[in-house]
Amino acid sequence: MRRLLIAIPYVWLLALFIVPFLIVFKISLSDTAIAIPPYTPTLDISAGLGAIREFFAALDWENYIWLTEDDLYWKAYLSSLKIALISTFLTLLVGYPIAYGMARAPEEWRAMLFIMVILPFWTSFLIRVYAWMGILSQEGYLNQFLLSIGVISEPLVILNTNIAVYIGIVYTYLPFMILPIYAALEKLDISLLEAAEDLGCSRFSAFWLITVPLSKQGIIAGSFLVFIPTIGEFVIPSLLGGSRTLMIGKVLWEEFFSNRDWPVASAVAVVLLLILIIPIVLFQRNEQKQREAGR
Amino acid sequence: MRQMSWFNVTSLTLGFVFLYLPMVILIIFSFNESKLVTVWAGFSTKWYGELINNRAFLDAAWVTLKVAFISSTLATVLGTMAAIVMVRAGRFRGRTLFSGMIYAPMVMPEVITGLSLLLLFISLGMDRGVFTIVLAHTTFSMCYVSVVVSSRLVSFDQSLEEAALDLGCTPVEAFRLVTLPIIAPAVISGWLLAFTLSLDDLVIASFTSGPSATTLPMKIWSSVRLGVSPEINALSTIMILVVTIGVVTASLINKRNVVRQRRDEAAAAKSA
Repeated sequence: MRRLLIAIPYVWLLALFIVPFLIVFKISLSDTAIAIPPYTPTLDISAGLGAIREFFAALDWENYIWLTEDDLYWKAYLSSLKIALISTFLTLLVGYPIAYGMARAPEEWRAMLFIMVILPFWTSFLIRVYAWMGILSQEGYLNQFLLSIGVISEPLVILNTNIAVYIGIVYTYLPFMILPIYAALEKLDISLLEAAEDLGCSRFSAFWLITVPLSKQGIIAGSFLVFIPTIGEFVIPSLLGGSRTLMIGKVLWEEFFSNRDWPVASAVAVVLLLILIIPIVLFQRNEQKQREAGR
Repeated sequence: MRQMSWFNVTSLTLGFVFLYLPMVILIIFSFNESKLVTVWAGFSTKWYGELINNRAFLDAAWVTLKVAFISSTLATVLGTMAAIVMVRAGRFRGRTLFSGMIYAPMVMPEVITGLSLLLLFISLGMDRGVFTIVLAHTTFSMCYVSVVVSSRLVSFDQSLEEAALDLGCTPVEAFRLVTLPIIAPAVISGWLLAFTLSLDDLVIASFTSGPSATTLPMKIWSSVRLGVSPEINALSTIMILVVTIGVVTASLINKRNVVRQRRDEAAAAKSA
């Protein structure tokens, strides 16, 4: 009984999560071929031991060498990291005051505010990104508005630039930043701030000396929750970014669907995974520490 | 409690305007008469009419609902099992790998999950379609279900289960009669989460589906790439409405359950 309970989800995840990665890794070592499937060698176990040995001999690191030689790829990795870093910072800048306002709101409002932050998270990601296309385009609502009040005389070009990508990321990932910070701020004891003010601290320095350090855990968790998925983001750069917006998720997609180069797409995926392991492990360690501190 | 400062009121107002204005604009312009999406030309529901007559969208919506329903149900069963294993099974061989496999799919970029599953299906020689999308969606959403359910399992009193076992219940009966009713709200919200994740997914579905199955996000994607259209605005409005009603209902049910549970506990404490 107990064994079966463990075995069913275990085997499912092994077969549909671990095994696929091994296959990706294997194909990243193969060569592109004009065939179905479009790579070589393919393993044929029925052909005997000699064929298996030949199969392993045909695998090499060629695709990885290719990734270092063509500057498209490392530029895409670097640019993804840069975009993820900047947009995480912007999300923190936008999210912190909202979380702060929520934590300071009257208690009977908080449940409602909480649902209002969660609700957009449940609505389709694609639709939320799409909504910005109409706002940011050349004849879009933002330009119409700014032109009508006379702030600008020429429409601004925002859609299909990196600025649109930043706006899209901040908008879609904002709940991930707000919720952990709100959780940290809600626990904060207000009498600490009152004590600081009584002792002569200005409100501003009380904020920097007490509120920010005590909400550090929330800031760290929120930043990881935005940073990690943003690196591999595909939908936002494709819809809001331009041809010059370089992000590795988009490169992988195009390598696979447009160029049909499966081995290179697999190698891109493996390297992306290696890059992501660092922030993921740091995030897990941070969560662990928090859980232990909570006990 | 201090009065809310003007700073907090402003930041909350601006924040929620930022979160909601894009969707409000989208909803308003789905009722626009004109084909030109950015120019208001009078109220009309004609785009909803066109949507109902668009077979491609209806077919895609049907495929999406089917996939979401089957995969979220499977994911709920598997995810609940995984949660019980994580919280109650104690130590077993490969436990570290197991918890890693539960958390990793949630932080994995979708392009990688999609690519790897596709390559698996191809190397197994499977025909791609509804079935393969269901397998893919079940795999990533069961992890979310198990996180939701295990947070509930951790917080409830295990002695209730032990009492049932002492009073002669079999483990299966104890689970069905004691554990399941207690964790039911978490199981239901896990199912809802899995359902919306599946409804919403574009990237993994694009990788794992074949020519025979197109989901709604895939259909939206291919028309959105050409630009904004009033039909998509109408479709988005319907989807936003459905989700809003669902989330609000779920939170009301949850609230009622909490109230009832508190009342029962209070009654039990009084009679004891």
